[in-house]
Amino acid sequence: MIRTSVVATLLVIAVSPALPASTLDVKIGYIGTIEKTTTISLLEMPAPNAGLAGAQLAVDDNNTTGKFLNQSFALQEIMLNGEDDPAAAMQKLSDAGISLIVADLPADGLIKAADAGRERGLVFFNAGATDDRLRQDDCRINVIHAAPSRAMLGDALAQYLVWKHWTRWFLVFGSHEPDKLFADALRRSATRFGARIVQEREFKDTGGARRTDTGLVQIQSQIPLFTQSAPDYDVLVTADESQVFADYMPFRTSQPRPVAGSAGLEPTSWDASFGQWGALQLQSRFTKKFSRWMTALDMQAWTAVRMIGEAVSRTNSADAKTITRYMRGPDFAVAAFKGDKLTLRDWDLQLRQPILLADGRTVVSVSPQPGFLHQHSELDTLGFDRPDTKCQLK
Amino acid sequence: MRLRFVLGIGLAMLFANSAEAFTAYVSNEKSNTVSKIDTDSWKVTKTIRVGQRPRGIAYTKDQKYVMVACGDDDTIQLIDTHTDAVAGSLPSGPDPEFFAAGPDGKLLYVANENDNTVTIIDIPRRALIGAVQVGVEPEGMVMSPDGKILINTSETTNMAHFIDPVKREVVASVLVDQRPRFAAFTPDGTELWVSAEVGGTVSVIDPVKHVVEHRIEFAIPGMRSDAIQPVGVNITREGKLAFVALGPANHVAVIDIKTHKVLKYLLVGQRVWHMEFTPDQKYLLTTNGLSNDVSVIDVASLKVVNTVQVGELPWGVTISDH
Repeated sequence: MIRTSVVATLLVIAVSPALPASTLDVKIGYIGTIEKTTTISLLEMPAPNAGLAGAQLAVDDNNTTGKFLNQSFALQEIMLNGEDDPAAAMQKLSDAGISLIVADLPADGLIKAADAGRERGLVFFNAGATDDRLRQDDCRINVIHAAPSRAMLGDALAQYLVWKHWTRWFLVFGSHEPDKLFADALRRSATRFGARIVQEREFKDTGGARRTDTGLVQIQSQIPLFTQSAPDYDVLVTADESQVFADYMPFRTSQPRPVAGSAGLEPTSWDASFGQWGALQLQSRFTKKFSRWMTALDMQAWTAVRMIGEAVSRTNSADAKTITRYMRGPDFAVAAFKGDKLTLRDWDLQLRQPILLADGRTVVSVSPQPGFLHQHSELDTLGFDRPDTKCQLK
Repeated sequence: MRLRFVLGIGLAMLFANSAEAFTAYVSNEKSNTVSKIDTDSWKVTKTIRVGQRPRGIAYTKDQKYVMVACGDDDTIQLIDTHTDAVAGSLPSGPDPEFFAAGPDGKLLYVANENDNTVTIIDIPRRALIGAVQVGVEPEGMVMSPDGKILINTSETTNMAHFIDPVKREVVASVLVDQRPRFAAFTPDGTELWVSAEVGGTVSVIDPVKHVVEHRIEFAIPGMRSDAIQPVGVNITREGKLAFVALGPANHVAVIDIKTHKVLKYLLVGQRVWHMEFTPDQKYLLTTNGLSNDVSVIDVASLKVVNTVQVGELPWGVTISDH
């Protein structure tokens, strides 16, 4: 009897924190990168506030919730140009009393900032970098990943292609480092789920402009030449994060085959066409506020800030240690319009999440696919599962 | 003596056979239609074209109309129950999804998902008369049995908001699990049940103290826990049993109100969301979105006794008083 009432009391405290007399101020930092990528499609050109917009919308959402709990959220952002030092940005935010930082930085910059901020008790939420090494050998105890890893994206695509019985892949990868890393992830996924890469080719970036006035004429004869004489295959899988060639592949391959990976059917954390599971509401809020579509990067930043909001509303604390302890525990979950709740893998601090497969017009499917089973969570069929981890959180 | 006995049996049989037939209206989110079901023959007797994306659906208190929230048309349409034609609309505010009527049936409280507001509508005047700011993505709506407190759940804020309908302001908020979809009071008003679709639980709230007193969890053998996503909650009039629709788990949980223990899981159609009792409490109808049908649960035997095919993605259901 006594035991029961103790449990009940704990439950009450856990879910209904008493209103504090004064407002709890939660300051969140944002370090972003101004993307200068040139893309093949004009529709893909990154907006100046790519990522940041998602974080700002989530701060609004957190504040709508916060007003009922006497909690207030504010965002301070620093947008970096190519050569700017992320560690200096970290220091600036830290000096302003901020210990929770959402980062859209390349892997090296993120590690640099996180390591420099560790002694100051800073925690980073990785909203941009998909690098597998950040979840493996280069994982950090103060870096939580809201962005999916390349391994998760590759696995999500592989599961669908295998479910379709499109198991013979022709892999074309770009010549830049991120392209090669994505190709590595796709090779790993193929092996994991029983697909076979029947041919690999590298598409070298020879430095030409993405767009020229009459370029289409050349491209429609170049791509058939590039893709001809391959052994018979089911699907052309591209790894082209640098956006040099993949968008040229659909409808131009030598053999009539579907295209996936960096063009065609793409694994992604978000797509502007997606409206299921209440996503329509988030899309509407976003387009109303920013007059543009919401991208995967925006969604990852939104999720990172919502993770913080969720942990603050449950713990009634703005303390980075308390928040991360709660996130790593069994009670943390965040809803992000993907059907399942998103939780944190305690072995590498990666947020578990379903991955959308979008063709640029609609969402074709959402992985994990039916039949890919797991003893704990089907979401752990995507990316590095506990037995695969090389991460040592220290 | 003997004659009377036979007569008695005859009367009983007569009553059993002439169990009152009711009319159920089911909103089909994808078809943009409402299916009318006769609960005697369990047949769809009419399919009514309505506005875009019909979801929340309920009879008006005078039974003259069925109100249907057509989210993509930013309106609540009124189906005339005599002619089964759309006979008017209410100014609902943007993207109405779900609503609850006040005790006299004159005021309607609407959750506007896109606007973080609950809109108040005067039904006879068909006029918008006020709004209350709530959390992000308001959804579930219910009025307390005494008509003194209105409950709204907000899906991204993860709260049940207690609204004073006279002052039209939030007087208390209680955190529940992720994505609260639906709220229901026990008939005596002492417990408020709130389902959390993504959290996978039902919170039982003390509506006076504003605290969660119990959290009900679900487990179906062979079913992954993430697939258990509670939405609709319906409680029997005498307050003994609660039925909770478990979404893509394709089951309805039957819960003993007194002990808060799950007694049974009933297999229904796919992705079950909302439910309604027939007024005699003999049957509970469930909308099964992915199998495009309605399951009929016999409340006394706790068995699924019928299935009625309706339109695409059936969402909500309302049943006539007589």
